Amino acid sequence: MKIGIVRFPGSNCDQDCHRAVDEGVGAEAVYLWHKSHDLEGCRAILLPGGFSYGDHLRAGAIARFSPIMREVIAFAIDGGPVLGICNGFQVLCEAGLLPGALVRNDSLRFRSHPVRVRVEQTDTPFTSEYEEGDVLRMPIAHGEGQYVADQSVIDALESERRVIFRYVDELGQHTEEANPNGSVRNIAGICDEGRQVVGLMPHPERVVSKLLGTDGLGVFHSLIRSLQATETVKAPAADAPDVAEASAP
Amino acid sequence: MSGSATGAPVIQITPELVADHGLSPDEYEQILEILGREPTFPELGVFSAMWSEHCGYKNSRPHLETLPTEGPLVVQGPGENAGVIDAGDGWGVAFKIESHNHPSAVEPYQGAATGSGGILRDVFTMGARPIAILDSLHFGSLDSPRSRYLLDGVVRGVGDYGNCVGVPTVGGEAIFDPSYERNPIINVMCVGILRLDDLMRGKAEGVGNAVMAVGARTGRDGIHGATFASVELDEGSDSRPQVQVGDPFTEKLLLEASLELIGRDLLVGIQDMGAAGLTSSGTEMAARSGSGIDIDVALVPVREPGMTPYEILLSESQERMLLVAKPGCESSVAEVLSKWDLEAAVVGRVTDDGFFRVRDGGEVVVEIPVQPLVNECPTYTREGVEDPEVRRLRELDIAKYSAPISDQEAADALLTLLDSPSLASCRWIYEQYDTTVGTNTVVGPGSDAAVLRLADSGRGIAASLDCNGRYVYLEPRRGAKIAMAEAARNVACSGARPVAITNCLNFGNPLKPGTYYHFAEAVAGLGEGCRALSTPVTGGNVSFYNETPDGAVYPTPVIGMIGLLEHLDRVVPSCFRTPGSAVVLVGETGDELGASEYLAACHGVVGGAPPQIDLEEARRLVDFLVEAAERRLVLSAHDCAEGGLAVALAECSLGGPDGPLAVEAELRTDVPAAAALYGESQSRVVLSCDPEKVEEIVALAAERGLPVAVIGSVGSPDGRFRLAAAGVQIDLELDRIHDVYRSALPGRMEKQAGLTT
Repeated sequence: MKIGIVRFPGSNCDQDCHRAVDEGVGAEAVYLWHKSHDLEGCRAILLPGGFSYGDHLRAGAIARFSPIMREVIAFAIDGGPVLGICNGFQVLCEAGLLPGALVRNDSLRFRSHPVRVRVEQTDTPFTSEYEEGDVLRMPIAHGEGQYVADQSVIDALESERRVIFRYVDELGQHTEEANPNGSVRNIAGICDEGRQVVGLMPHPERVVSKLLGTDGLGVFHSLIRSLQATETVKAPAADAPDVAEASAP
Repeated sequence: MSGSATGAPVIQITPELVADHGLSPDEYEQILEILGREPTFPELGVFSAMWSEHCGYKNSRPHLETLPTEGPLVVQGPGENAGVIDAGDGWGVAFKIESHNHPSAVEPYQGAATGSGGILRDVFTMGARPIAILDSLHFGSLDSPRSRYLLDGVVRGVGDYGNCVGVPTVGGEAIFDPSYERNPIINVMCVGILRLDDLMRGKAEGVGNAVMAVGARTGRDGIHGATFASVELDEGSDSRPQVQVGDPFTEKLLLEASLELIGRDLLVGIQDMGAAGLTSSGTEMAARSGSGIDIDVALVPVREPGMTPYEILLSESQERMLLVAKPGCESSVAEVLSKWDLEAAVVGRVTDDGFFRVRDGGEVVVEIPVQPLVNECPTYTREGVEDPEVRRLRELDIAKYSAPISDQEAADALLTLLDSPSLASCRWIYEQYDTTVGTNTVVGPGSDAAVLRLADSGRGIAASLDCNGRYVYLEPRRGAKIAMAEAARNVACSGARPVAITNCLNFGNPLKPGTYYHFAEAVAGLGEGCRALSTPVTGGNVSFYNETPDGAVYPTPVIGMIGLLEHLDRVVPSCFRTPGSAVVLVGETGDELGASEYLAACHGVVGGAPPQIDLEEARRLVDFLVEAAERRLVLSAHDCAEGGLAVALAECSLGGPDGPLAVEAELRTDVPAAAALYGESQSRVVLSCDPEKVEEIVALAAERGLPVAVIGSVGSPDGRFRLAAAGVQIDLELDRIHDVYRSALPGRMEKQAGLTT
């Protein structure tokens, strides 16, 4: 079960994502080069943080046109799970896989510090292992993380339960003070209509070890668990070879 | 050699032109002797750059040579792109510091950004992946709009560059003093890790091997930046054209491409085209290898047509590297670079005749023997004389400030000190830096030292940057020793053993006897510190001429200390973590208010002698801290430095990750209250520990011959800050001091609407 991590020129959280998949939850992680058209049979795609193409023009604006993105878009339309973190979220919005946009923080400064986010929905492949209302502590590090969208889009996101993460305070309340960048309704992460494509600004891949915190591990555990579930559904005979091996000493 | 074969007008070498290149008549005589003829115009430019203070260390070398550079862990000492130490199990740590003072004074955003870029390249050209940046920033008072403009631009510059490249900025210091008003000190240190098998050096070996220019194209920016760095900033001149512009995106590509080239074993050597660009990289690589180098500037990819050999040789366009490919590897090198969308061009070959030979198409325009050019830069040992004004300030009678103070005065002083930008929380700065990218940051900014994970070895690397320029100004030798001891103590507070340093020596004009005295004395103090603490110098940087018509900056030798932590899971935080733990003070508190932040911030006095420093005691304290961490005796450890015991305790109480914790403490002492609370006696540390461990800690301190006292306990999140000493009691609401501490910087910076240059 391979998880693909796209490397754009300027990606800089690719290795952290790799480590989260590999050491964090013990799954196989492979890098997918931006110039390639081959998803190499990956069962899920991660778009990591960083400054793809140096954020030239606009964060994520150029990455969406890179060769690999044509395949990622097709994969997503086909219902494949895709997670965009930070710059990856920006790329997903630019690519039209997620609605709305990420604009400059309301402070007009880059902001980097731990935040708390509340898990709003657990019926996505990236949050199924959390409980609704769980408050997670993870870092943000972005200059353009203010989520904005038309009122109609926001209404749709809310009514369709597509706000997945919200910035909250230590009591789990989405207060203005807990909002680090001015995002509308404290939105930190959303999903698409099919609930398979998720984007968020905070960095779960940076908190997947005892040393640095483990609140982000659930994102990767959720992914593995949901992939395993679909595998069982699609291939009910998957266990058969094991049985055969076990009975043939 | 004929300079006129191209038909270009021959530029006559006149005494004025020589002087404009920063070369003295004697130095010019030496050039004539080396060449046996008159130099061409490009040759004059090459000598000017290589014999500038920045590249040639002409006023500093005799002193730098007295510093210890060897030790059991030193794999690479000074003379390379960066120093490297052995961190065990085949791992190495590469690290170096660099200044970008003058560019930042002129254009703070780009000046600081390109400083970060240069130091990153110095580290990754060694084959190391950069995992952390630290910055030591010294500005004028934030009451001045200019200083606020500079701080704002520098922080954005350091931040944007590191954030984009994906290297976290994890620590450092920010000091504000009027002496830095017109000439800020911007030093950036980079730490990288490597497998020692992959260690790469800036060499040009193997006759016939291809010399390649890679990365960004060469433009007309930053020409003679090295020479610019070697003069004073004066009033009217517009030096902006000498500041380069950084592109962190290209840097990131260059970083990945370089590590791939080194990992695939395709290179003989590689060096950043930093100060003095192609000239310094080419000649230094040849000098290290005892070889020669033959390049054709017509082959160098340029940004615009019509660039002369002089310009191409001296351009300081950023994000460029010079590399020497292994035989037969040229096309593989080009392939890797093209994968990363970078340009590469073969611009020359390695030779064995010892010459730096530059052609422009067919015609030879530079032909200089490498060794004298690189290694025989004239050096000067001057006579230093202490400025009488410095002596007067040091000998100022400050006894009256030790007079008794009231509870109210003591409390007001604490609030004033916590509001002093040099002591207040730096959160406003480091929240603009990505501090966690790369997932190596175990302890980030706001602590005595940053602590980084050393891959999966289970060990850690600690790093700190320190210098108190006021101490060095008032008594340079002692001030430098204090900087060394404090850097070591900071690292040891985290539980790491200090092992080596890099230094950045920021001084005024060395031709002035007062400045030269400061420099010579400070370097002597550094040497003593290095020897006493067994922390050799692995490289560094000298920045002279930090001076404007208003005078020189405080002499500021910034120490970048590296420590190794055997067990990362025993790392010790700086701040209180656990209500109910005991508070312990290690070290002796004397009647020492001299040169303190208390005198400066509360009485407007810069004077008195800096506190005593006993390096042997400093070393015992380091040993104690390392052992206490190793035995898991302490819950937190924090250096007692500027602002004295009161500020150190407040920092311990306010700086925890989950908000402030109350403290109740009393220091029993005969020392007058002001000095007991705010004096800056050295070799002191505030610890917190489980009350059950107190006995063991006291015993361990006694074993090491260190004074120790249990002074109080840590309280709950909603209590008060109480500290008594010598009959005076400070009793303040936690929220109040917390507000002052954290709003000092943002409060001043928010005033900056309508920034002007």
